[in-house]
This record gives sequence, structure tokens and C-alpha cells, in this order.
Amino acid sequence: MLDILKRIRRTGMLSEALPELGEHEVHVQRIHARLHRVFGRALRIRHIDAGSCNGCELEIQALTNPYYNLEGAGIAFVASPRHADVLLVTGPVSVNMEEALTRAYDVMPDPKWVIAVGDCGACGGIFGASYASRGRVSDVIPVDATVSGCPPTPQALLHGLLLITRHPKPPRGT
Amino acid sequence: MSLDVMTREGMPLPANVPARRLIVDAHQWTAVAQQLHEAGAYLLALWGTDERDRSGLFRVFAAFLASDHVVVLQHAMAGDRPVYPSLGRWYPVAIRLQRAIYDLLGLESDDGDTRPWLRHSGWPEDRFPLRKDVSAAATYPNRPRPYPFVPVNGEGVHEIPVGPIHAGTIEPGHFRFSVVGEKVLRLEERLGYTHKGVAKRFEALSLLDGHRLAARVSGDSAVAFSWAYCAAVEAITGTTVSPRTAYLRALALERERIANHLGDLGALGNDAGLAFGLMQFSALKERLLRLNQDVFNQRYLMDYVIPGGVQSDVGPRLIRLLLDEAADIERDVVALRAIYDEHTGLQDRFKDAGQLTPSIAKAQGALGLVARASGIERDLRVSMPWAPYDDLRPAWVLRVEGDVAARVQVRFDEVMESLRLSRLLLEKLPRGSVSTAILAVKAERIGLGVIEGWRGPVMVALEAEESFAIRRCHVHDPSWQNWPLIEHAIIGNIVPDFPLINKSFNLSYSGHDG
Repeated sequence: MLDILKRIRRTGMLSEALPELGEHEVHVQRIHARLHRVFGRALRIRHIDAGSCNGCELEIQALTNPYYNLEGAGIAFVASPRHADVLLVTGPVSVNMEEALTRAYDVMPDPKWVIAVGDCGACGGIFGASYASRGRVSDVIPVDATVSGCPPTPQALLHGLLLITRHPKPPRGT
Repeated sequence: MSLDVMTREGMPLPANVPARRLIVDAHQWTAVAQQLHEAGAYLLALWGTDERDRSGLFRVFAAFLASDHVVVLQHAMAGDRPVYPSLGRWYPVAIRLQRAIYDLLGLESDDGDTRPWLRHSGWPEDRFPLRKDVSAAATYPNRPRPYPFVPVNGEGVHEIPVGPIHAGTIEPGHFRFSVVGEKVLRLEERLGYTHKGVAKRFEALSLLDGHRLAARVSGDSAVAFSWAYCAAVEAITGTTVSPRTAYLRALALERERIANHLGDLGALGNDAGLAFGLMQFSALKERLLRLNQDVFNQRYLMDYVIPGGVQSDVGPRLIRLLLDEAADIERDVVALRAIYDEHTGLQDRFKDAGQLTPSIAKAQGALGLVARASGIERDLRVSMPWAPYDDLRPAWVLRVEGDVAARVQVRFDEVMESLRLSRLLLEKLPRGSVSTAILAVKAERIGLGVIEGWRGPVMVALEAEESFAIRRCHVHDPSWQNWPLIEHAIIGNIVPDFPLINKSFNLSYSGHDG
């Protein structure tokens, strides 16, 4: 136990202000602050891999490491789409995941947002549409924002979360 | 003819490892497979091709890992009656592979399990999308239908269906648990949810572009797959890459191994209740990815290995940075390992959980780090080293217990060994260019790339036209072999231990589903 405490002390606080994101000049703190204003302290994300190669999953997982410290800002991943504000969808939508994705979207409470993640989610990517793939996410469920990249960096993912807060929309389906 | 004579006398098959190809009839298909089994060989991959436009035939191929070389059997079938004998008796993994071949090509094995595997409900059962006369643009409506899981009956037995969407940020698949109380009697997996038609997609790409798709078969193994693909391209075009290229590819492969192992070690600590482990290891992994960004201009090396070379060279300043980082990571991993090893609560969860005995691992044909944690010496970097591993001489990493604790220890040992190899690669990096031109497709037109990735051996079998069009590209992920092992490892364990046991295998859904 003592070793663990010593190690934690030595590691210190790694959570950091990230480099600027080009024209938007967005820092992690600004993203966090803005998300707080729109969602209070309770932004909940449900991630769904709809056919991804698992590259995007690695970078989404990185959001919870100490450097990006997503949970520290009150943004958390939840286990059910019924508990989520945002659906983060990766992959070209495989035909074998089409039904599961549609059902998950349908059970989300309004208001709800969908972010299509990665080049595949945004535009079908290298896999495109075929007998086995429906291509981009917006061909299957409504999409509010996309985050490109193969895979997108954690900064790009944070930026994508910010973008939906800039374009609040009326609740869907009411 | 004795087996040894047959496999040594088959035609040499262009590949990065010693490989032979034997053309066999239906009888020899099973006879040679059985002899190879008795000699201790493992089935690596099984796939089919549609040759009806050329010869009126379908073909089925089986690649085996013998002790120091690869044997590929090739068997032709009449176009109007494509039936071949099952290899499931000797190689249990063949059963799922044969079901997948039927779903894509309509080639029928004589095995008893004829349930669809990759085809769920997205295309009609009489359409075989990988056939040459089925358009790549054809799409079909989804018509969901039930899947016949094997029922378990008895007093107090009930089923827990899990997935395809899981509770964490992970890939989709379905697990059907039959349980009594909290104890698992039986687990049946259903996979194929991320099947996105990789094989058909390859056939629309040029030989010189396919590495990008190969890298995205399983994103966490991008270097392994893109290297295997490029090795196959180089084999069928007779291209020899520079020693510097080989060294830099190996550096990328070992960094992929370290990154994945660091991620897994953190996740395994977390799944056993030690969030501290996840924070520490995920921070270490983040540091490694950031250095990747500085050195290779990408955090994940999706597009680093390219046909004939690598995307960018590494200069003296970056070599210094990489060497310094290796020393830092080693120091931190040693300290964290001591904490894991001495943490009673953690070891209590790791020990004996999800045990895969050496005898089951051997009988089922386990590959990669899962095999090495169950006492089986399977590492192609050691047993059939391709350049530059013939220079490096990697050490065996082996444990015999076969439980979660053993798979944790193998990861720790492999991180240390990969750091040692990375240092050697950087210190001995040969001078020279990092790109070689790909000139022309050789007469054989068929080649193989086999690379021992962090999870186990990945394989790419490639056939190309003189025009550089890809005629057929089959990719194989070792998760095919190791998924069925989880069904064994979970028996008698409690349901709440499944996430930990599953994580200790950390298999690829996408790599399996294709």
C-alpha cells in the first residue's frame, strides 16, 4: 500500500492543458467549461462499435487516461443507451450490427445527440458500402456531428464533443 | 510417400518464412492434415477461392505451422459440386473456419455443424458474396432471424445473453452463458457482428494500396497486418527490402506489442479492482503513443509499413529519444510489476482464474501469447525468424499455469523482452534506404506473409494479376484460434470473473470477423 501511495505522489498530476487545436484554439479546460454550461455536470456517453476495426476504440479509451481526464470533468461513459445523452458511434455500420445500432438509438431518451467517429463513421472510410457494410453512420441513424481521423486523436474527439454543444438542437422525436 | 518427403518436396511458396505448397486430392487433404497433426503441426488458416472463371474449379487452402516452416495444402473442387472433407477432427478451429468459408463462397465441408457463422441476416443464404460472379456493389435488406444456440438443460440452469453491445468501450459480440447460480456451466460465443467484407473489398484495390486495408483488419495489430501484407506483396514480386527497412518494421512491431501489453496490464488491474493500475499503465501507454507521434507522425502506426519499405526514416535525434524512452518505460514497468506481484488482493483475483490447461491449449491449437501462458512454445519470431529477427534472436517467454496470472506474467516478460529488442534494433540500425521499388508480379502470382504480432501470428495470403490487381487476399487473425479457448477457460468460473478472464485473452472481434 505504501508503495502505491509513494508511486501516486511521484507520478503527480498529469492532467494537462492540451496544445491548441488550430483555428478553434480550443483547450481541454475550455471544452470542459463549455460542456458544463450546456449539460451541467452530467454528460453521459454511450459508445457503440458498429463495425469498427477497433482503432477508434483505442483512442476513445485514451480519453479516460490521466492526461485527458474526461471523468475528472464530469463526462463519463455509461453502460446503457437508456442512460446516455450522446451516442458515440464508430465504424462503418456492418449489416450484422445494423439492428443493434438502430435499437440502441431508439431507446435513448430525448434530447439525444449522435457523433459519428472516425473516417469510417463519418464517410464509410476504406470499407465503404457493400453486401456486409452500410457505410457511414448517417445512412443508418441521424447524425449530429462527425469526428474524422483514422483513428481520430483524443483531442479531436474532445473537440467533437464540444461541437455538438455549439449547435444545440430541439429534442428529436417528441 | 512419407510426410517429411511430401512437405519438403512440395513447391516452394514465396513468403517471408520458409513455406511449401502441396497440391492434394480429397483423400490426401485429410491424410496429410492428419499426419501433420501427429507431427505436432497447428492449423494456421483455412480459406477458399473461386477459380471458375479460369478453370471451372473452386479451391480450398489450409496453412499449417510445422516446427520450422509453413505447409499450405491446396485442393480443387468441381465448380458445380464444391464439397471437401472437414479438418475439424484434428483441428477444432477448422469448424468455425469451414462455416465462414460456406457463408462467403458456398464451399461445403462434411462437418456436422452447418450453422451460419459470418452470415447473420444481412444477405440471402443462397448468395455467396465472395464468388467472382457476385457484384461487389450488391446489397441486400436485413432480415433478422434467430440463431440456434446449443441449449443446456437441467435443474436450476438458466441462460444469460450478453451483447452484441457490451458495457464498456469494446467491440461487439454475443456471449450466451448457461449458469447455475453464479457458476458458468457453458459459454457459447456468437461472433461475426463486425464482418464488413474485407476480402471482397481487397479485390477492388491495387496491389500497392492493399496495405492500408490490411492495417485496418484489426486496428490494434496494424503493424502486424500491414507487414504481413507487404511481405506477401514482396514475395510475389521478388522484392528484397533493405536491412534498415526490416529493422524499422520490427521496431514498429515491438512498439505495437509494448503499447498493447501496457494497455492490457492496466485494464487487467482495473478489472480486478485496482484502478491505480489502469491510471499508471494508461499514462505510460499515452507517453509511448505521443513519442510515436513525434517519431512516426502517427500515434497508431496504421500507415507506417508500406510495400517495399516504411513511410519515414528515423534520424539520430529520434533514436536518442527512443532509447531514453525505453529506459524510462523499463524503470516504471519494473516498479509497477513489483506492486502488482506483491498486491495480495490482485493476485487473489488473478490466480487460478480462467485456467486454460496446457493439454486443452494444445488440443485446441492455441496461438500467440495465450499459448505461451499455457506452456506451449509458439513464437514465430523464435521458431522461424524472418529478417531482422534472425539477427535479434528473441528469447522465449513461457509460463505453464495457463490462468489470468500467467497471461499477466507473459505480458510483463514480453514488455521487457520487446524493450530489449527495441534497444538492439536502434543500436544496430543498418545504414541504407527505406524504400525499394516494386517492379513486377512473378509467375507464381501467389505469396504469403506471416508475422508474429502481439496477439499471435497473423497471415496474409495474396494472389495478384500481372496488372497489379488483387485477385484474392485472405487475412487471418489468431483470434480465430483463441476465441474458442475462452469457452473452455470460463467453465466452472463465476460470471463476475468473465470480464477479467476475457480481458486476459484480449482477442480481436474485427480481426476475426473480417
